[in-house]
Amino acid sequence: MPTLTINGMTVDVPQGTTILNAAKEIGVEIPHYCYHPKLSIAGNCRMCLVEVEKFPKLQTACSTVVTDGMVVRTDTEKVRKAVTGVLEFILIHHPIDCPICDQAGECGLQNYYMKFGLHKSRYALEDKVHKKKVQDIGGQIVLDAERCILCSRCVRFLTEVTGTQELHFFNRGDHSEISIFPGKPLANNYTGNLADICPVGALTTKDFRFKCRVWFLKAFDSICTGCSKGCNVDAYCKGDILYRLKPRWNDAVNQAWMCDFGRLTYKAMNEARLLTPFMRGEGGRKVAAWGSLLPDAAFRMQAAAEKGGPDRVAVIASPQSSNEELYLLRRFAVELLGTKNLAFTHRVEGDGFSDDFLIQADKNPNSRGAQLLGVPGGAAFDALVSRIKAGGIDALLVVGNVIGALSEEETAALLAKVPFVVQVGTNEGPVSKAATAVLPSASVAERGGTFTNHAGRVQRFRSGFPARGKAKTPIEILASMGNRLGAGWNFAGEASVFTAIAETEAPFAGMSYDSIGMFGQEIGK
Amino acid sequence: METILTTHFADDGYRRIDTYRRFGGYDALRKALSMTPEAIIDEVKKANLRGRGGAGFPAGVKWGFLPKDLSRPRVLVVNADEGEPGTFKDRVIMGRGPHLLIEGIAIAAFALRVHLSYIYIRGEFVREAKVLDEAVAEAYAAGFLGKDILGSGFDLDLTVHRGAGAYICGEETSLINSLEGKRGWPRLKPPFPAAVGAFGLPTIVNNVETLADVPWIVTHGGEKFASIGVEKNGGTRLIGVSGAVNRPGVYELPAGTNLKEIIYTHAGGMRDGKALKAVIPGGSSTPVLRPDEIDVAYDIESMAKIGTMAGSGGVIVIPEGTCMVRALSVLMNFYAHESCGQCTPCREGTGWLKKIVGRIEAGKGRAGDVELILDLCDNMMGRTICPLADAAVMPAQSFIWKFREEFDRHIGEQKCPYGNRF
Repeated sequence: MPTLTINGMTVDVPQGTTILNAAKEIGVEIPHYCYHPKLSIAGNCRMCLVEVEKFPKLQTACSTVVTDGMVVRTDTEKVRKAVTGVLEFILIHHPIDCPICDQAGECGLQNYYMKFGLHKSRYALEDKVHKKKVQDIGGQIVLDAERCILCSRCVRFLTEVTGTQELHFFNRGDHSEISIFPGKPLANNYTGNLADICPVGALTTKDFRFKCRVWFLKAFDSICTGCSKGCNVDAYCKGDILYRLKPRWNDAVNQAWMCDFGRLTYKAMNEARLLTPFMRGEGGRKVAAWGSLLPDAAFRMQAAAEKGGPDRVAVIASPQSSNEELYLLRRFAVELLGTKNLAFTHRVEGDGFSDDFLIQADKNPNSRGAQLLGVPGGAAFDALVSRIKAGGIDALLVVGNVIGALSEEETAALLAKVPFVVQVGTNEGPVSKAATAVLPSASVAERGGTFTNHAGRVQRFRSGFPARGKAKTPIEILASMGNRLGAGWNFAGEASVFTAIAETEAPFAGMSYDSIGMFGQEIGK
Repeated sequence: METILTTHFADDGYRRIDTYRRFGGYDALRKALSMTPEAIIDEVKKANLRGRGGAGFPAGVKWGFLPKDLSRPRVLVVNADEGEPGTFKDRVIMGRGPHLLIEGIAIAAFALRVHLSYIYIRGEFVREAKVLDEAVAEAYAAGFLGKDILGSGFDLDLTVHRGAGAYICGEETSLINSLEGKRGWPRLKPPFPAAVGAFGLPTIVNNVETLADVPWIVTHGGEKFASIGVEKNGGTRLIGVSGAVNRPGVYELPAGTNLKEIIYTHAGGMRDGKALKAVIPGGSSTPVLRPDEIDVAYDIESMAKIGTMAGSGGVIVIPEGTCMVRALSVLMNFYAHESCGQCTPCREGTGWLKKIVGRIEAGKGRAGDVELILDLCDNMMGRTICPLADAAVMPAQSFIWKFREEFDRHIGEQKCPYGNRF
């Protein structure tokens, strides 16, 4: 382990560490634009220049590997002038259009200007080189070449991560710009990441453009629900509205990336939400009070089981539910209703497309969790649907907004066979249009819990804000229904449910929210 | 005076293999193939052969950087992208004595255990590329290239590759990128080409003149070569003299020949009886000299001592009556145009310098512009991956340091005192 000194502080780092990363270890910030931990080192922005003893020239901290006894200074006048000088060069052609730029507030130029610049412009306004602005280059991305600082992160991302190489450098000198070849727009499913890695406002997403100033947004830890990969995401909200998802780094799952489909999954949490409980009767749909609807739903399920036998009631679970919710639902079905008619539905969107990177064919975040918790899918689900079709079910509890891949008409026809249908759901959809009682549920942004991804990794998602409208979390709904039927459950939130899971469910034995931590924990490890 | 390269250049037939062989051509290769590679490298080291591309790095030492491990093929690349303004010596070698270069390549390749070599020639050198192509074909036909050269069991392939006209592709790692079909951007070092070069293989990049000297070294020995030049800088140099002299052209002179003698004796002195105003001694990037500074030996060390460089051997002679601001403006346009755009200080700095110098020359200079240029130079020098920023800075700084009053006059009078108009 080489030992080096940075600004008089001594630090041991593993062989092969660069000065930039060694400095990070001891909290010394070295400014940089082109360096990105997940991409190759380009060394071309020249912001990370530092003084290294015995080197006549300043060295780039991003590319210089530490050697034993190295003495580095980042706080000398020479370094300060060099960094300010580079920043000045970067800014001379910048349009300084922060007031209309979506990057403002999280922009590398703004941040470093406040820390290392604060210089007056010495550049003549009429000398500015103008480049193409507002270019739709395909995918989710808009390119503003004037804001670009030519750090080459995007070019490297498309070369090294997606391998699609759509963006290239064109022209030379101060006329250099990145662009696509004519008629060859971005053609991969990971374009949104370009806006994330762009340190300035050159690459922004079409979806987020002009929607909200970033300083109004609050971020919280979440998990993408778009497929079974379980990409870790930061969800950004203002009040109870979600504005965007960005990948949260997890080397074991998604590294620093996420796909373009997943990035837009937040929209469903804003739009067409079920916000009040209601009953459907002869006069149509009537708003109901939780106080009467919850016991009513519970007792009617129980009554049906008692009257026709437990085989006449059924529960359809959702692989969009958390482990905690699935666990409670299973206990509700098996222990309180005494039925074996329990299966989880499939939500298949599109063609079940998958790739060899992040995108999984299973478009649900928790199918694996359902299976591990004794809620079967597949054939059990098909059998359950057949049973309903045949009129064999008198009361049905559906969690989720859809049943399999059934269309609205098919769902209506299927549910018409059941005299009493209770739904616990988040959004208006085929089920809410046909269910007898609708219990509005908190979206993934409004509740906490864990998902088990395709590889058996249990990961936590957190609540960013309270449930919208009158919606409740599924745990509250299930616990309160269960307790009406004498369950005696004393759960206070998802953490206590998970504790119970860890005690009784073998795959989860010994796990806790602590052991899952920031980055999740694999089943059996 | 002994010449090494240009002895037969006056003979137009010398570019053909028959004539070249009549004068003893390819005998050195035959001799080299009977030596050990180590012995050849030793001779080159003894010769004090310094790279003729501009940086003057000792060729033998550079060759020693190749890894000892022979498991990966190695590549020899000839830098024939002679783009430095004021420099036109490699062009003469390739156009008049292409077999000198090819023989040098073959010997160097044998010494370096290389079986794959390229000549990367500047795109604008259309005629020279044609001459080289023909010469390479002749060498293949005569068995000096290809399989089992002269029955020695040594194989070597040589391809002439034309560049597309970018100054930056004369920088060795940029040249390698271009050779690989990529954008001509210099690479971050380390790794150096000797470890990871063309196509990821260990690579040596040498200048045309450097390799063309090798056959003579093999024939006559390194010590003889070294004795021609000065200490640490052996042999002759091809010096291209351009500008206001009576006989502009390429002169082969021993390293260390006095610069004043080069201009006044060999190049025939100042044209039209004009007085000398300035000399750019080693290609446009090298710091300019005033007339009182040119009584100096033209070799790498002596030139470094007075703060300039022998560089690539391009002596540009500037006569009285030349506007130094205009001259600098021309140079700044060149570097701004040729900056590859990779590193921030060079990409933005060269363009900025061009605009400031341009406005001073146009009579629109502002108070403080000269200080601004010097400050920007300070922010560019040594701050980039390759030395192109330095190449732009060195003339800018030296023109101001040595001809400051002209810049001040331009700004003070708000016009060019020489009456130049853009």
